[in-house]
Amino acid sequence: MPDTSVTARPGGLEAALRARRDGGAKLLIPYVMAGMTDDWIEVLQAIASAGADAIEVGLPFSDPMIDGPVVQAAGLAAFERHPTIQGLLDQLAIAELGIPVAVMTYYNLVFRFGHRRFAASLVAAGVSAAIVPDLPLEELDPWAAAADAGGIETVLMVAPSTPPARVAAIATRSRGFLYAITRMGVTGERAALGDAAAGVVERARAVSDLPICAGIGISTPEQAREVCEVADGVVVGSALVRRLLDGVGPEGAAEFVGELRGALGG
Amino acid sequence: MSGEATNHMAGGSVMGDPGPNGRFGEFGGRFVPESLFPACLELEEAFRSAWADPAFRARLDGLLARFGGRPTPVTECQRLGERLGIRLLLKREDLAHTGSHKLNNVVGQALLTQRMGKHRMIAETGAGQHGVAAATASALLGLDCTVFMGEVDTERQALNVFRMELLGAEVKTVRTGSRTLKDAVNEALREWVATVDDTHYCLGSVMGPHPFPYMVRELQRVVGTEAHAQSLEILGAVPDVVVACVGGGSNAAGTFTGFVDTDARLVGVEAAGGAAATNGIPGILHGMRSRLLQDEEGQIREAESISAGLDYPGIGPEHAHLGAIGRAEYARATDDEVLDAFSVLAQTEGIIAALEPCHALAWVIAEAGRSIQAGSTVLVTLSGRGDKDVAQVRDLLAERAAR
Ligand SMILES: Cc1ncc(COP(=O)(O)O)c(C=O)c1O
Repeated sequence: MPDTSVTARPGGLEAALRARRDGGAKLLIPYVMAGMTDDWIEVLQAIASAGADAIEVGLPFSDPMIDGPVVQAAGLAAFERHPTIQGLLDQLAIAELGIPVAVMTYYNLVFRFGHRRFAASLVAAGVSAAIVPDLPLEELDPWAAAADAGGIETVLMVAPSTPPARVAAIATRSRGFLYAITRMGVTGERAALGDAAAGVVERARAVSDLPICAGIGISTPEQAREVCEVADGVVVGSALVRRLLDGVGPEGAAEFVGELRGALGG
Repeated sequence: MSGEATNHMAGGSVMGDPGPNGRFGEFGGRFVPESLFPACLELEEAFRSAWADPAFRARLDGLLARFGGRPTPVTECQRLGERLGIRLLLKREDLAHTGSHKLNNVVGQALLTQRMGKHRMIAETGAGQHGVAAATASALLGLDCTVFMGEVDTERQALNVFRMELLGAEVKTVRTGSRTLKDAVNEALREWVATVDDTHYCLGSVMGPHPFPYMVRELQRVVGTEAHAQSLEILGAVPDVVVACVGGGSNAAGTFTGFVDTDARLVGVEAAGGAAATNGIPGILHGMRSRLLQDEEGQIREAESISAGLDYPGIGPEHAHLGAIGRAEYARATDDEVLDAFSVLAQTEGIIAALEPCHALAWVIAEAGRSIQAGSTVLVTLSGRGDKDVAQVRDLLAERAAR
């Protein structure tokens, strides 16, 4: 089992999110795929100014197992520009966003870089946290050790299918926030929130004081507001990414994030 | 973690129980999103309990015998053997129902689906053999079935698409990524996440997250067990060399279980364009740590081969392990060598084999008199029949004649 030391001090992401939550705000974390448009850095900057509390930045992977069609399309759009992961991180390093960034990517990229080198690359890029969805608790140790040592917060996920005892073990090991997957399925927009959303957040809340942010399938300001009746915040991916693929650009992204912010209250 | 795996292996077979975390040395594991983790645990528990249940085993053996046509024979190739200066035996999985070894695996997983109280199976397929087998087992046991197949493969294996539909399965064309087997696996995994409550993912090879590599190997063990006994009967001894083709590696793993604890030399043969065992680098894909074709930053490369069933950029984790400890060797055959082997087998032995096992045969033909000494005894698993490939081979031979 991973180290469960409760004495670890919160890193940049967790500290920022806790401060906002404890001040009474709901947390808003938009997702953007790195390199998906030429102006993706400007998109991040616009989002940061439009009321996001943190940004989740996807690093494109050839085989994105839990990405739905929209995020896959963003990954392909990124690959068409022939990026390197290091090149994308270099762009991020000079973005000066003023809010914490969590990267989301798949474990093979981390493993191939080498755990310590990947953590160091993230630190150098000014990234606070990492989300690696295909790295479950049982396989986490080698990365988590390097991440902890390097000062990168590893955000873990709980799903509707996660039994309560396992929720507790995952919550104990998560850093930054706890990512509550609100429905079984891949990323993508949905007409309505799933029935499972409230349950998974409540199971997490019962065992953890971490900020709990809900994600996967939250598509509209109304859904964001609804899920934040139980959760501390939301991650909004496909709904924003689709707009960016449609060409709304930094201003359109800022407008949508502004709507989400408005729905959640300042 | 590796200590744990070693404990489970200790005292038993080299191909033993990989333990609760599914480790084969440094390979294997269970690298899946949290949504799927409980399903993997449930499956492992269901499989372990079924595998220890004599009633389940009897039901499976009965279906494989009376529905599947087991045991499949071992044929000695007199003419080809003479030409190569060896004694050449073929384990005839091409004679099993649906024409390949894939049936062994799917009947077991279909029974397990029922045992878990689920009513639907999903599957990925490359050549279409696993998809056809999954559709067949689903029809037999009254399960719903959806098969994911890359667009490149639905084109080159159009007849198998129709076969699956005839059997009542739904075939979903996958248009993402390289539009081949690896993308079909991605799509099946995505579907599984969304439907895991009532759906079992019937993976077609010894790959993916634990318990699949272990479970599929156990379900294919019957190939090796039979072949071992049949070799003793025909040769009075185990063969000197045991050879099978490797896509994900299920027919090879099943075959190897029968010989891994003997002195036989074990050889897995991959397509030269998809040789993850020899050209691959350790990494994580589709829930497992294994050897993978990938670039410097960890993006997975696309495999390329004339045989859809071997078009996969990885190998099962146990093969990566058997290679690492030196218990098995992994070799490659080129498309040209494979076409030659296909023709030679048809003309000297009257067997039209699938392109996949022709890789194993091509290696034997190339190595006879070299690393396979004259007079050696060699067993090749003929994992499937070639009907599905005949149209493609006709085109390829015409193309080659024109070169
Ligand atoms: C006849 C045949 N042999 C071999 C394979 C490769 O699979 P595996 O390596 O799992 O045996 C396939 C896959 O489709 C096949 O159809």
